[in-house]
Amino acid sequence: MTESGILFASVLNGLTTGAVYALIALGLTLIYGVLHIINFAHGAALMMALYGVYFLREKAGIDPYASLPVMVPAMFAAGYLLYRFVIGKASHGKDENILLVTLGVSIVLENLALLLWKSDTRSIETAYTFSTVAIGSAMIAVPKVVAFGGALVATAVLLAIIGLTDLGRAIRACAGERQGAKLVGIDVEHVFAMSFGIGLACLGAAACFLLPAYYVNPQVGNGFVLIAFTVVVLGGMGSFVGALAGGFLIGVVESVGGLWLGESLGQIGIFLIFIAVLLFRPRGLFGARA
Amino acid sequence: MLEARHLSIRFGGLRAVQDVSLDVPQGQVSALIGPNGAGKSTLFGLISGFLRPDAGSVLLAGRDITGMAPHAVCRLGMTRTFQIVQPFAGQTVRENIAVGAHLHQADRARALADAEAVARRLGLDGELDKLASSLTIAGRKRLELARALATQPRLLLLDEVLAGLNPQEVAGMLPVIRGLRESGVTVFMIEHVMQAVMDLAEKVWVISQGELIAAGSPAQVTSDARVIEAYLGHGTAQRLALQGAAVIQGVTRA
Amino acid sequence: MRQLWLIGAFAGAVALMPAFVTSGAALNLAIMTLYAALLGQAWNILGGFGGQFSFGHAVFFGTGAYAMAVLQSGFGLNAWLALPLALALGAAVGLLVGALSFRYGLKGSYFALVTLAFAEVFRILANTFQFTGAGVGIQIPLRDSAADMQFAGKPGFLYAALTLVTASLLVAWWLKRSRYGAWLQAVRDNEESAAALGVDVFRVKLGAIAISGALMSAGGAFYLQYFRYIDPHIAYGPAISVEALLAAIVGGMGTVFGPLLGAAALQLLGEATRGLLEQTPGANLIAYGVLLVVVVMFLPRGIMGLFEAKR
Repeated sequence: MTESGILFASVLNGLTTGAVYALIALGLTLIYGVLHIINFAHGAALMMALYGVYFLREKAGIDPYASLPVMVPAMFAAGYLLYRFVIGKASHGKDENILLVTLGVSIVLENLALLLWKSDTRSIETAYTFSTVAIGSAMIAVPKVVAFGGALVATAVLLAIIGLTDLGRAIRACAGERQGAKLVGIDVEHVFAMSFGIGLACLGAAACFLLPAYYVNPQVGNGFVLIAFTVVVLGGMGSFVGALAGGFLIGVVESVGGLWLGESLGQIGIFLIFIAVLLFRPRGLFGARA
Repeated sequence: MLEARHLSIRFGGLRAVQDVSLDVPQGQVSALIGPNGAGKSTLFGLISGFLRPDAGSVLLAGRDITGMAPHAVCRLGMTRTFQIVQPFAGQTVRENIAVGAHLHQADRARALADAEAVARRLGLDGELDKLASSLTIAGRKRLELARALATQPRLLLLDEVLAGLNPQEVAGMLPVIRGLRESGVTVFMIEHVMQAVMDLAEKVWVISQGELIAAGSPAQVTSDARVIEAYLGHGTAQRLALQGAAVIQGVTRA
Repeated sequence: MRQLWLIGAFAGAVALMPAFVTSGAALNLAIMTLYAALLGQAWNILGGFGGQFSFGHAVFFGTGAYAMAVLQSGFGLNAWLALPLALALGAAVGLLVGALSFRYGLKGSYFALVTLAFAEVFRILANTFQFTGAGVGIQIPLRDSAADMQFAGKPGFLYAALTLVTASLLVAWWLKRSRYGAWLQAVRDNEESAAALGVDVFRVKLGAIAISGALMSAGGAFYLQYFRYIDPHIAYGPAISVEALLAAIVGGMGTVFGPLLGAAALQLLGEATRGLLEQTPGANLIAYGVLLVVVVMFLPRGIMGLFEAKR
């Protein structure tokens, strides 16, 4: 393969990885944009979702993509309940307290997984795990291409929900003006719980798209948390399109970075971008001025 | 004492302060009044270093302090209070005031003692060991003032220190402010409580929609047509004058 | 003054421990509790007294540990000479992180996240470079001699840990009764008011993160001397960062003895869960996670809050 060919393949791979990052970040964006909560438990929730997809496949033989109709509602319910009974109760204090509470939740989830399923890394094998499709001169794994498509669809669905439905209107109201929303009779706590649920539902979808091309162990969440935050901050807190764009950008940075700097050093670009964005352009690429 | 020269600042499309110049005389109480949203607190922010002006300069006792950080301005002798009181909630009244005292006193014990003295001056000695968060709004206003006083300022910027107080509490604060002047502190206050302005201020500036529209003694300023218009709307001055003339005619006819 | 007596009494009591307790396991428990208290107190300086919550305090820990490791194994420097360098490096990293973060006004959750990012960056760097042993890490040879800061037998390490913890308690005590401490707590409680009263907010925060970094780095140095091994995941991973903030929050932020009480409570809780659930990995951490949530929600002043008079 020529050098430009390698770069091309790297960029494409980055875009597909980035699509999954975007899916993960979409949920985080919604949760931050509406509740102004930085959900530290997002990575751990993703990890749980991955285990969900894994066991549906291993125990019930359900193909990951086929388990979407199961995972998405299940994660939605989990998110709704988690907010209603834990996070919602804690979210009316200092900014950092919620961060600590979600940190606590993530510790509990991670170690619960460790307790139940040990620290072995698990992955699944499907008929299409090793199939590739040719895009230009590059061969891209099928699961990754599907993930790419999935991310685009999910973004569209989210935008539709927020922009077109009554719930979406309520969500926007609560996000913009909590007190005002209460005054017009909106059950704010319910809307927040719904938003949190939708945020975690995105993780359910992300897990279905991620597992075929990846793996799961109790610690995977940690790796994704900071990346997801980087995407959200880069895209601009509260912007779905921003999260999508940010996801692609980060995916490409990681992929090309890995090409130039090697596997070990490759990820450093992501965190340096995170630091740089927070310091110099906190509103990100698409966010509104704070 | 304090000189503002052609200060201007805009926030996006809003020209919050436009070309404001004023001269706060030393040793007196001066006031800045104007309708809500006129730019008074913004002006205070510009003067005290919390905001950087787009144009213009600020001089404190002849020294250019434009754009200096708030803590540096305080160290030069000008301290401000906040319209919405911001106590150190989890600390006691004594500890709160001591933070101000520490500007000139490095020793902890002596700073706490200085704090006690200031508290006594402002009638807070009964609450010294209470948490700042447990005080009433009047108490918090006094605490805000006490903290600022503890820094031994030459010029005190009071941002609506009487807001939210009932008439009794206002009456209690007036002698305190008068006492400040007597002790040699120059006071520049933003106020809505006109009684205090009439009572205390020797010089008044009126700001409306970011611009200075009048300056002078309290009596001069309150009878200024432009000032009346700014508060009560266009044409009011004329109407009042006509009504006044009609009353006088009625009275003299009778 | 009374607090000073308490610190002295505590130090004295622990110093006498080896005379009565000879069980290796018990001494190890005491050592690990002191070690956790040191980490917690380091976090407490910046988080409890300064109000800046860091989620990546491991960045200072790892710096101290690696500094000790590299200076000893790479440069043959004696451990006692390496220690001040490790502490200085910890403070320097603190100044770096602080100067960037505070200069650009990062607060609250954003500051917490940025510290996490710094820890990750350092982890990746340590994992990459040869002089830090890359992924394999560094092991320092067993010397068993006080001259090399490796004390034959546990009591030596107990005294070392005790010295460090006592020093950290004194730092916290000093913060409670000094002008700098008053400034720091003012910045924590209301930055704007503090600035209006003449406090140089940036400098004060910088001082706190430097002190915090140095203390945390001491923790890393101790870790290396005790376990004689360090790798990127241990040094800069989330476990250390969480351990530090946990002890401080559970015990009581912004207090002198909070981190010590928190460390003790966590150790007891850990022992209890280990007893109940045998050797199941992660069981005690689940308890810690739950405890964190419970404390933040219901006991915001931590264990010390139970002792302090109802204000």
